[in-house]
Amino acid sequence: MLNYTIRRLVLAVPTLLFISLVIFMLLELAPGDPMAQVPLTVPPEVKEKMREALGLGQPAHIRFFKWIYQFFVIEPQVLCDALFGTHFAEGELRVISWQTRSPVMDIVVQRLPQTLWVVGVAYLVAVLIALPIGVYSAYRQYSFFDQAGTFITMIGFSVPPFFSGVLVIVIFSVQLGWFPSIYDTTHKVTDWESFMVQLKQMVMPVMVLALQITSQISRFMRASMLDNLNQDYVRTARAKGLTERVVVLVHVLRNSMIPVVTVIALGIPQIFGGAIITEQVFKVNGIGQLLITAIQANDLPMVQTLTFIFAVLIVLFNLIADLLYGFLDPRIRYD
Amino acid sequence: MTDNGPTIRPPRSQWWDVWDQFKKHRGALIGALVFLLIFSAVFLGPLIYAQDAKFVPTGRDFIRLKDMRPIYTVLWDSGAKVDWAHPLGTDNIGRDTMARLMLGGQVSLSVGLAAMLLSLILGTAIGVLAGFFKALDGPLMRLTDLFLALPLLPLLLVAVLLFQEPLKSTFGVEGGIFILVVSLVGITSWMQTARIVRGDVLALKEREFVLAARSIGTPSKRMIIRHILPNVMSPIMVSATLGIATAIITESALSFLGFGFPPDFPTWGRLLNDSVNRLVSYPERVIWPGVLISLTVLSVNYIGDGLRDALDPRIRGR
Repeated sequence: MLNYTIRRLVLAVPTLLFISLVIFMLLELAPGDPMAQVPLTVPPEVKEKMREALGLGQPAHIRFFKWIYQFFVIEPQVLCDALFGTHFAEGELRVISWQTRSPVMDIVVQRLPQTLWVVGVAYLVAVLIALPIGVYSAYRQYSFFDQAGTFITMIGFSVPPFFSGVLVIVIFSVQLGWFPSIYDTTHKVTDWESFMVQLKQMVMPVMVLALQITSQISRFMRASMLDNLNQDYVRTARAKGLTERVVVLVHVLRNSMIPVVTVIALGIPQIFGGAIITEQVFKVNGIGQLLITAIQANDLPMVQTLTFIFAVLIVLFNLIADLLYGFLDPRIRYD
Repeated sequence: MTDNGPTIRPPRSQWWDVWDQFKKHRGALIGALVFLLIFSAVFLGPLIYAQDAKFVPTGRDFIRLKDMRPIYTVLWDSGAKVDWAHPLGTDNIGRDTMARLMLGGQVSLSVGLAAMLLSLILGTAIGVLAGFFKALDGPLMRLTDLFLALPLLPLLLVAVLLFQEPLKSTFGVEGGIFILVVSLVGITSWMQTARIVRGDVLALKEREFVLAARSIGTPSKRMIIRHILPNVMSPIMVSATLGIATAIITESALSFLGFGFPPDFPTWGRLLNDSVNRLVSYPERVIWPGVLISLTVLSVNYIGDGLRDALDPRIRGR
């Protein structure tokens, strides 16, 4: 197992390097000019200087390696400085955003809590709802509950977040006036009152995201439970005289959770990608919204860094899912 | 005396069996009906409903025709501005909403179908090649893994921005964007098909009929076309239906984020995006395209579900 983990970790390095190269090459082709906004009265020599100040004076391969160095060496040093008060990264050049002229990672750190709050809570809620639904609809297959559950999960699959989001805004914000339609990220939780306000503004984005995630996970849970319910060991357990509750919730559930846990792990990075649209609908200024504005403003270092962070998350959680699978199911050995 | 031998049933092909099983899946049948209905309404509707989706009234007509509400608004608001000539109302510059929905549907459905075809061809080709030729298996599957590890939505957005201009200049504004969106969605959604097809091909390769075909000297090309492909049709068909759903959702998501088709060129996602700002006064302009997207995707998903059951020989005949 350790061997396998190390091998996978080593393999992840060239994969990630290749992905970062792909992203870099793609952005290199981008038509936008960072100097497009500069007034025409600025003489060309000055423009050239400004271009160099943005780090555009060098050929592409040198810029790529500089970006790699900045991202993998300097940024961790900065993180270390911030955490432990050391001075490794003093005077080093960090990845600078063209929009704000401030380090990209600082902005990411500012935006991250919003995304994590909304998306994280949504994911948690979705998992907590999806598991019981999946278990019960598999246990009572083809019952009314199962049929209704299947229909609702189908709807969750089919209604895109930019429509379900707008729909809940129309219903709960415009017609009923229960929740605010815009997520206020400057809101600070200090006491019970403000906590309730925070809760209120989180309800709708969480609802929209959770519907999607719930439908995926409960489908998996149901299928996995169905696979296990007809196995011989279940008959044995029943023949031993165990109560139905123990049979289903201990024997079957434990075995059915194996693929579901990996699916849950695999879904986490996708959530960051999928949340782009939900953040846009509810005007949550998190990571996804940051990416959209960066793309629109041609802020290449920002786009490069953010996209690469998404890729790192995907590779990382793929690895975690594979390891979890081997860890939970002793029949699977990778060595 | 007549001979009471076993009654001989008329010969049936595999596809009749599949159809019989498909009919039993109620959701799939309703899904197929709804999909056909939407499809024909969108493509044949303009023949009956003769309003020009791109006609913008000018002068006094502009004031008279703009911001019309749907007919049914009268039920609760008798003062609403409605007209039987525009059953679903008009938008803020007086274009007929129903005609725009039809035109948008044509674009959305064509994008969905074309992108599905592209991703299917790519996925099948890569899956068959990887499964059939051992030397190609490693590299092609690494490629698939790599594509699965790419953050697709951000890259799609970047790529749209990137290739928009050159394609616009060669194929015109609408054709360029159409080709761009179709190829991008196709290129980024073939991985699942490839994996499933590869698995099936690997299993098929061990079967006796493949050995028999090989022993009479069938060349690889004919082997793939004659023996392998017909036998992997069922997973391909299932991923085809699900592919339409993904493609429609991706296209409308791109349009919704403002990275897809230009504003005066309606697709369902674009119509939805354009109307979000005036959501409070004109909710119908958001709800209709959204309902149409959701219904199409829902029906396609149900068809896929039914097809999966119908094409599975273990379930069929029960």
